[in-house]
Formats: sequence, C-alpha cells, structure tokens
Amino acid sequence: MLLIACPYCGERPEIEFSYGGQAHLARPPQPSQLDDQAWAEFLYMRSNTRGVYAERWRHSRGCGQFFNALRDTTTDHFLAVYKRDEAQPALSSEGRPPSEAHEPPAPRERSP
Amino acid sequence: MSKQSFSGLSLIWRSLSKHRGWQTQWRKPEPKARYDAVIVGGGGHGLGAAYYLAKEHGLTNIAVLEKGWIGGGNTGRNTTIIRSNYLFNESAALYDHSVKLWENLSQALNYNVMFSPRGVMMLAHTVHDIQVFKRHVHANRCNGVDNEWLDPVQAKEFCPPLNIEDNIRYPVLGAALQRRGGTARHDAVAWGYARAADALGVDIIENCEVTGIRRNAGGAVEALETSRGVIHSPKVGVSAAGHTSVIMALAGVHVPLESYPLQALVSEPVKPIFPCVVMSNTIHAYISQSDKGELVIGAGTDAYTSYTQRGALHVNTHTLDAICELFPNFRRLRMLRNWGGIVDVTPDRSPIIAKTPVPGLYVNCGWGTGGFKATPGSAHVFAWTIARDEPHPINAPFTIERFRDGYLIDEAAAAAVAH
Repeated sequence: MLLIACPYCGERPEIEFSYGGQAHLARPPQPSQLDDQAWAEFLYMRSNTRGVYAERWRHSRGCGQFFNALRDTTTDHFLAVYKRDEAQPALSSEGRPPSEAHEPPAPRERSP
Repeated sequence: MSKQSFSGLSLIWRSLSKHRGWQTQWRKPEPKARYDAVIVGGGGHGLGAAYYLAKEHGLTNIAVLEKGWIGGGNTGRNTTIIRSNYLFNESAALYDHSVKLWENLSQALNYNVMFSPRGVMMLAHTVHDIQVFKRHVHANRCNGVDNEWLDPVQAKEFCPPLNIEDNIRYPVLGAALQRRGGTARHDAVAWGYARAADALGVDIIENCEVTGIRRNAGGAVEALETSRGVIHSPKVGVSAAGHTSVIMALAGVHVPLESYPLQALVSEPVKPIFPCVVMSNTIHAYISQSDKGELVIGAGTDAYTSYTQRGALHVNTHTLDAICELFPNFRRLRMLRNWGGIVDVTPDRSPIIAKTPVPGLYVNCGWGTGGFKATPGSAHVFAWTIARDEPHPINAPFTIERFRDGYLIDEAAAAAVAH
C-alpha cells in the first residue's frame, strides 16, 4: 500500500485517499467553441505517462482536501506533493524537487 | 520448419521412447532487416495476429517483436476466464467470435490450449443486479449468445461450494450462467500460437524492445528502431497492452488509455472442488480452479495508474473477504502467491482494434481487465485489419475515433466488476 503525504495531514495510508487522475486539466473556458476533436481530447485523452506523472489525489477519508502529487509511475515513489493552488514543482535532474516545502519523507526501504 | 505434430498416439510413442526426440517448438531467429509486417507485442493477441496473418492472409515474411519473453505480460498474468455475455451488439459479436474460435483452437493449432467450457456464473446480490443480469440474458439471447437465469437453488446445484444462505451481508439472489464460457490454459495459448505461427515462417523475436518508430516523408510507417537494430516494415501492428500508450507516443499518436495495475492470486493446490467459474461484480470476486488444483482468484485494479506490475495487498484482501463469505469452506485455504499486470483501460471499457491516423500503423489495445477471453477473436480481426488496411465488420465499431464521434460502446456496467 502506498504511503501518501497529504500536504495538510502528513503521511497516511493509501486507503484514506481517492485517486483523481491526471492533474492540471482545466475545463475549457468556452466549451461551445470547441470542435469534437478538442472536446474528445479534454474528456478522454490522458497522458498516461510512463515516468513522472502529475496527478490529483483527495484525502477523502481524512481532511477531504484535494491536492496534487508527482509520482514516478515506473516505481510508484512519490517525488513531491503540493497544494491545488501551487504550481507543479520543477524536478532536478535527479528527479527530486528543489524545494523542501512539501517534500514527503524519503521513501521507506522496500524489499524487491 | 517442419512442425512436429502432436496427437494422443505421439504422446504415447514419446513416453514409451523415454521422451527423447521432442523438438524445440519455435525458432529463435535473428531479426531480418525488412519484413512485410511486424507485430509489436508477443502476448496472445500479438502472436495470434501473426498466426492469422500468415494462415489466412498469406503474409509469411512477418515478425513478432517482444520486449521480454512471449506470454510473459498479461497473457501470463490473467485469470483465464472466457465468456461472451456482453450487453451491446458490437461487443457480443466481438466476444462471441472469440468464443467460437476458442472452441476449435486446440485442433486448429494442433496444440492443447485446454479450453474448458465449464460455465461462467455471474452472481446477483441486489435487486439492481437481478434487473441488469436479466437484461443481459435477454440481450444475449437476441444476439445468439447463450445466457440463462438461475435462482439461488439452481445456482448452488451448478456450483455446490456456493453459500446461498441469507445470513451473509450480500446474499445470493440469483445468477446468470453462460454454459459455453469457461477457462483455458494461458501459457498454452501463447505457446500454441507461437508454434503455429513459427511453422508458417513467422519470426518470433524476444528481448527486442521497440525504441522508436520511423516515418517517411508522407507520414507513413517506415521502420522500427529496436534494441536489436532497425527493422524496416511498411505495416506495424501494436498489440502492447499496458504499454500501448508508450509505443504509440513514438509515432505521435494519442490513444485514450490509462494503464492500471490489476492483481490476481492463487491458493495452494487442492483436489478438484470447484466445477465452474463464479464471478460477482457487486462484491467483487472471480474464482475458478486450475487443472493444477490452485484456486485462481481475480482481484481488482489499484486506484492509480502505474507501470510497475505490482499493487497493494488491500486490493487482494478485499476480494478474499468476498470469497470467504461466498465459499466459507475456503476460509482455511492458504494463498500461494499474488501478482500484478498492467492493463490498458479505455473510457468506455471497450477495446480499440483499428487503423490509426498514421498510415501503416494499426493498434489493438484497450482490453482493460478482460482481454484474455478475446485473444483468438481479437487476433483474427486485427490480422484482417492489418492485411486489408480496413477493419473486419466485427471490429469496425472499435475505432479510436468513436471517442470523438460519440459512438461509445459503453460496456462499463457490463464488464465483470462495478467500475
């Protein structure tokens, strides 16, 4: 089970959270202006990234807040969590965020 | 390559001659510089597509490229359930095409895929389940797909270990039974297709990861860059399951997929105790017994997208809670091992078997949590699509463009589990 560091409550087990999919998807300001292709892109197309993925979580059995996270989908390690109104943290070349602000504790050792 | 033919007599003969003389079942060729068609992904769907391309469309200068070993992805990780009791006409046609091919697959391949139509029973636990399943039964009958309604006593007659007492949290109120459904041996499917395709001249190339897709000035597919060199081919069929998004991105094609871990587990082997396949979507359980005696149990998907081929234990224990309520005599069984595979899920839970915007590039993906049952049918129509550059009537509705045009095949509620 993943340990997820809620930016409001700290590290909690995954079963307290709901997954919200890809982060930073904004509803188009003028939906009626979109053609079918653009609408399908918004509704159905997700990046499905293999690697560092910006995604939404909600601490639904905790504080109830939505927040965003950067997770490596090849290892499931969280690289950063950040609040909804914050920009996506830039990652250094080692894949770590430069800021310590909401960086979760180092992942625990896992046996393979 | 001359193929060693299997029969009951040949088995007896080989056993009397101390099992000497069994041949290698397929070659391990070096990749050629140029093929007429290449399939990316050596699972059942990809190997099957290569077989049907060679067998029915006369393309024999073809290759299957597999990043790992054949059948080592979702083909080797699923719970081997076969059924075709889907709600919509498009799905019923596709999945029943597959069941019909399953029925003669061992003979067609001269390889025992151990197809066992032992019956798939889907349990109803609520009044809504009853309504939905009866609707399925009627819709299936209109499409010529067998499916029948059983009351709880009939369900227990068909599956004696089933608990139909009303003192559990979700009592069994009835069941929909597809008698033609059942199971097959997953590895044998990959090996049987590989052996039959190889005998027709198909090159099966393992440990060969595609790292790039080259396109010509007109935008059409020209060659694949792989970990074993550049391979030219005017036609490329991608059958890469959970990694389809990654491969398609190499050609700049977006597909509406998300990749999730899906888990399964098996118990310690026991004597034959479980005669059929039972599934429950409301409380989420899938169970059957393998010929080795293990109870094969399908758990759910994890909540998040991932490429790790593993998931969390609570997903498995959730399923075991349901199994222990439905089959109390399994409570003292120990679980032997659990594992995960990465499944590619579309927004409407129906697959995509189609041409893509890139000429020469075809995709067979989006099977989500239920691709094994479709292996022969999917491979058959995918081969048709590649060979003729147009879809077979059965897979014509399963395009990428249906998401743009609003023609979804919304099987989400008809799939085995509540999504």
